Amino acid sequence: MDLMTEITIFVLAAFVGFEVISKVPTTLHTPLMSQTNAIHGIVMLGGLIVVGFADDSLEYVIGTIAIAFGAINIVGGFMVTDRMLGMFSKKKKKPAASSAPAQAKESDMDSPELPRPGAAGAEEG
Amino acid sequence: MTAMLTAVLEPGGSGATALYIVAFSLFIIGVRRGTHPTTAKQGNLLAAFGMAIAVVATLLLDGIGNWGLIALGLGVGTAIGVIASIRVQMTEMPQMVALYNGVGGGAVALIAWSEIRHGISLGHEIPLDELIPVLFAAVVGSVSFWGSNIAFAKLQDLIPTRPLAVPGQQVINAILLIGIVAACINIAINNDDPNQAIFIAILLAAGLLGNLVVLPIGGADMPVVISLLNAFTGLSAAAAGFALDNVALIVAGTLVGSSGTILTMEMATAMNRSVGNILFAGFGGAPAGGGGSSGEERPHTSIGAQDAAIKLAYADSVVIVPGYGLAVAQAQHAIKEVADELEKRGVPVSYAIHPVAGRMPGHMNVLLAEADVPYEQLKEMEEINPEMPRTGVAVVVGANDVTNPAAKNDPDSPIAGMPIIEVNEAQQVIVIKRSLSPGFAGIDNDLFYEPNTSMLFADAKQAAAEIAAEVQSL
Repeated sequence: MDLMTEITIFVLAAFVGFEVISKVPTTLHTPLMSQTNAIHGIVMLGGLIVVGFADDSLEYVIGTIAIAFGAINIVGGFMVTDRMLGMFSKKKKKPAASSAPAQAKESDMDSPELPRPGAAGAEEG
Repeated sequence: MTAMLTAVLEPGGSGATALYIVAFSLFIIGVRRGTHPTTAKQGNLLAAFGMAIAVVATLLLDGIGNWGLIALGLGVGTAIGVIASIRVQMTEMPQMVALYNGVGGGAVALIAWSEIRHGISLGHEIPLDELIPVLFAAVVGSVSFWGSNIAFAKLQDLIPTRPLAVPGQQVINAILLIGIVAACINIAINNDDPNQAIFIAILLAAGLLGNLVVLPIGGADMPVVISLLNAFTGLSAAAAGFALDNVALIVAGTLVGSSGTILTMEMATAMNRSVGNILFAGFGGAPAGGGGSSGEERPHTSIGAQDAAIKLAYADSVVIVPGYGLAVAQAQHAIKEVADELEKRGVPVSYAIHPVAGRMPGHMNVLLAEADVPYEQLKEMEEINPEMPRTGVAVVVGANDVTNPAAKNDPDSPIAGMPIIEVNEAQQVIVIKRSLSPGFAGIDNDLFYEPNTSMLFADAKQAAAEIAAEVQSL
């Protein structure tokens, strides 16, 4: 792929990133940061390529550590995000924020099923 | 159609690119959905699925070998990632994100190193359009790795969260940066036979710079720093993509770089500060001279759990203002109990969430949601401040700087201009805190000495449990 094509892709992707993110409720800042954090774990692919084509012992070591780092970034990142968002899932049923200051009588002592920290989102090659 | 299908199924070549396109489309959709409460969880799963596709596509590349090492790296990394994210407490999320970000940056730096070695071993000139991205990835990846580690250590209380100022800091940083740039130019000029020792020196100097840039930043600013480092790691991943001619790295890395930049700016705006100000001035600017450590005991009112319970039980309305102390003490469930008891008595309770309360935006929302606090009781700062004068009692639990009236009243204060939750406007204020010590900004809080403020010196969880019991017995 020639350099100009790569730069074109880079610029377009930058604009997509800017556009995609605008106006996020504060509540979702942490999960979203965590999710984008997991996505940059994509560098692990670089580790796979390095190790996959390496023929020198130091490169083996460096590349394998890079793969491990990348895998921690990816797997941990997505799982932690999933756990955080799991905390919200139940609350989302009535997000219609009424202007009344607080509803006192709405009994909230019942918590039939606690949102479990989901173990989904893990993947490896 | 059939041609495309065979291309996809065929190992290597355009098949991998086709799968990459699917993968980064899923990333974009995933991030998009991540901005809405109802779709966020699904968005995260989509992005994770996209990542799985990208990994498989790469493993299908022609000529990939060394499967044992690949399996080892994947296995060890996955195991650590799974165990760490299952074990981590909700309160420790910010440092977890810092750590994950750090290893990502570390991976970028290592890949850059290996690319340079590879280039040298081939023995011919490394083209600049490959060398420059490699150098960029090495520097930024290393800064991100070491900077994130410091952020982690600060949040985990392994090193003091207060700003650590080194004399002549800016000069040292500038010299390091100039040295790094000079060394990079040296490598670029000698691109027919770059000196590997110089490259390693670049990695080390960048690491030192990462340490030095983050060390002087106080705990209160850590969220912004982590978010910024996140964006940096994304950019360095994109640079690695340029070096490796890998379109998935370029798109995903850039996506994180630009979206992370937006997030960072939103956070900085919430604190009414610029990113540059946070990085280069720090709250530490005047920690000692800023009036906080003047030493003499100022008069304040101290009360016990029983008095607090009485104040709360007979209030017209109660607003709870949580801060990082709540997270540290794991007091979210105990506080919810207090709220439940009060509501049984007909006292309306709501929670005022400062945009940067805790150590990350949304930190408090996550904690309170964990304790099953109804979503509609969580009020944002702009929403609650006009209601403060009508509020009977404001209870500050482990929050400090975000309630400091000096931000509004004292133009010389280091936090001047930061938006605060105006608890001092409430009819009465109860502050649950272990001592009068200053918060992360390292400055004294005038709120504690106001005539309508009562201090309840205790661990937040224990105090909340006692108050709940007292309210129940009234």
